[in-house]
Amino acid sequence: MAELPESNPQPPRSNARVIGWCLVGVVGMFAFGFALVPLYNVFCEITGINGKTGGRYEASEAMQTDLNRTVEVQFIAQNGPEMPWVFRPMVHSIKVHPGEPTQVAFYAENPTGAAMVAQAIPSLAPSEGTLYFHKTECFCFNRQALAAGEITEMPLVFIVDTALPEHITKLTLSYTLYDQGEPETVSAVTSERATTTSTNNG
Amino acid sequence: MSAVIDTHAQDHHHGPAKGITRWLYTTNHKDIGTMYLVFSFAMFLLGGTMAMVIRAELFQPGLQIVEPEFFNQMTTMHGLIMVFGAVMPAFVGLANWMLPMMIGAPDMALPRMNNWSFWLLPCAFLILVSTLFMAGGAPNFGWTFYAPLSTTYGPPSTTFFIFAVHIMGISSIMGAINVIATILNLRAPGMTMMKMPLFVWTWLITAFLLIAVMPVLAGVVTMMLMDINFGTSFFNAAGGGDPVLFQHVFWFFGHPEVYIMILPAFGAVSHIIPAFARKPLFGYASMVYAVGAIALLSFVVWAHHMFTVGVPLAGELFFMYATMLIAVPTGVKVFNWVATMFRGSMTFEAPMLFAVAFVILFTIGGFSGLMLAIAPADFQYHDTYFVVAHFHYVLVPGAIFGIFASAYFWLPKWTGHMYDESLAKTHFWLSFVGMNLAFFPMHFLGLAGMPRRIPDYALQFADFNMVSSIGAFMFGATQLLFLFIVIKCVRGGEKAPAKPWEGAEGLEWTLPSPAPYHTFSTPPEVK
Repeated sequence: MAELPESNPQPPRSNARVIGWCLVGVVGMFAFGFALVPLYNVFCEITGINGKTGGRYEASEAMQTDLNRTVEVQFIAQNGPEMPWVFRPMVHSIKVHPGEPTQVAFYAENPTGAAMVAQAIPSLAPSEGTLYFHKTECFCFNRQALAAGEITEMPLVFIVDTALPEHITKLTLSYTLYDQGEPETVSAVTSERATTTSTNNG
Repeated sequence: MSAVIDTHAQDHHHGPAKGITRWLYTTNHKDIGTMYLVFSFAMFLLGGTMAMVIRAELFQPGLQIVEPEFFNQMTTMHGLIMVFGAVMPAFVGLANWMLPMMIGAPDMALPRMNNWSFWLLPCAFLILVSTLFMAGGAPNFGWTFYAPLSTTYGPPSTTFFIFAVHIMGISSIMGAINVIATILNLRAPGMTMMKMPLFVWTWLITAFLLIAVMPVLAGVVTMMLMDINFGTSFFNAAGGGDPVLFQHVFWFFGHPEVYIMILPAFGAVSHIIPAFARKPLFGYASMVYAVGAIALLSFVVWAHHMFTVGVPLAGELFFMYATMLIAVPTGVKVFNWVATMFRGSMTFEAPMLFAVAFVILFTIGGFSGLMLAIAPADFQYHDTYFVVAHFHYVLVPGAIFGIFASAYFWLPKWTGHMYDESLAKTHFWLSFVGMNLAFFPMHFLGLAGMPRRIPDYALQFADFNMVSSIGAFMFGATQLLFLFIVIKCVRGGEKAPAKPWEGAEGLEWTLPSPAPYHTFSTPPEVK
């Protein structure tokens, strides 16, 4: 549609040129399809609309605790496909004041006879609150390794931003724990298992 | 590339080669067009057979005929085959046959690539259909192949499906490049852009859409391929990916795709209605701009397929209004068709019957599309039979009736014989009744809450489903009549004059019927 009325078909235009431009379009759109991946991630990071809470929060200055306001934070834990660990929050719900750092813990147990590595993926609802939920310490920043039968309590320290929109009174943080294979041999296991289920990879 | 045309011009006096090599090696646009049309009809029957399996299972509640796993493979393959195997190749076939004859060109601009882009298609569909016989069965995740259903949980044959999509994508892209090169370079002297027949215009815009979105489809299936086989995590939450991203990329392709399937039909109908109303098309320029506007808008509406995934309110509003905006240029087209018919000396031969039904029924499909575009209401309709009713109303009486209308309209030009008019009218009326019987009750089923893609359903949906199945069987069986009519027309019949339709206009009607193997070796003068 770029070339609208151009009323001089007299000298035959070069097919090579048309093909060239079309191929540029094809290659460009193929690249654009892949460019959508980083674009989407950046867009979601800025807007927080997919509920993925960000990385470690570095406060520039200490936030004033807003004692007049109380926000309820709920915790949910679930396992990814074929994940055998016991995984649950130690507290299911806690009332916090915006601006006040709060520590909670999640219980994790590897009931299998082999050492395993897991990765927790966070998701916050409503997604509108994502930008106002800061984690200063979280087990989800790293992979967690547990020996056979080992039990651990995994810490999470968070601050609800004082700028949280007024109409949000409750936030629900959900973690899904995914099997990342055995320690050390993670990559070998990943590529081997990827052919069958492709559920676990880095 | 011009060398190709020169060589071609030299063996101009020879007719087609004999035997199978004529079809394997041909660079003739008419031969290739015929092959596309025959292939697409074969795929139409195959995809239709799968639809019959689906409707047979849904004839009554409960599981009678097929296992749920196989039912899912049927819905998936039906969709894929109809979209990529029946509708798209049919329009490419019409383009091959008609574009050179409409613009006064001797052939397509890139005849050898034309041969290649056709022969890739049977290969692609051989791969796709072969998945039915593989361990684990054919793809069963719906034609939209949402991740993670198609990546983490897909059958092993998914990789074959991905390669088939790659190959048909390459075929479509090459076909589109060919169309663009032909239209831009080979128009007869004097045929300016705004003098081009509308079928040429709509195909030019369709070709741009194909070039813009088929690579994105190739990209999304490539990402799937890597997620499944090479351990990446584009759509895998465990590795930091996001399944919703799949839907964004897929529908960025998917929404323009639905216009790829309808715009050429718009063009064909814009030839047929003036021919049988014996009046020039009302509002030619507005038709061209409307098609352009629809094509542009189709790139900014994709998330209306995803209202329920958790799009923020601002996004829902944007995509809702952008979607509704498409109704404006579409409305312009519908009003123009109606205005063309208004006070015309109309006769109702088979092409006109299909074209008029197209206008009426496509509008119904458009209106149900508007209902679905209303974001708050979409939460009720999403993934119900209402959606199935909607897109079948735009695709069956839209795209497919457009193809039937075109076939009857140009069959005399292709074969040199008139088709059997009374059989063709029978074909129309049985198709019309069958199609409405099949798809209209689906609106009610969807509004009542019946989900799509299920082999069994609650008892209160039983009666409408039975009606729907009867209509589907009727529509399906009727298409064998179409096959018979076409074969009969090819083999003989009343001799067709150069211009069998009194009101028809265009360069193709200046050629004798049947159109000679080589036409417009010297370009005609367009005034």
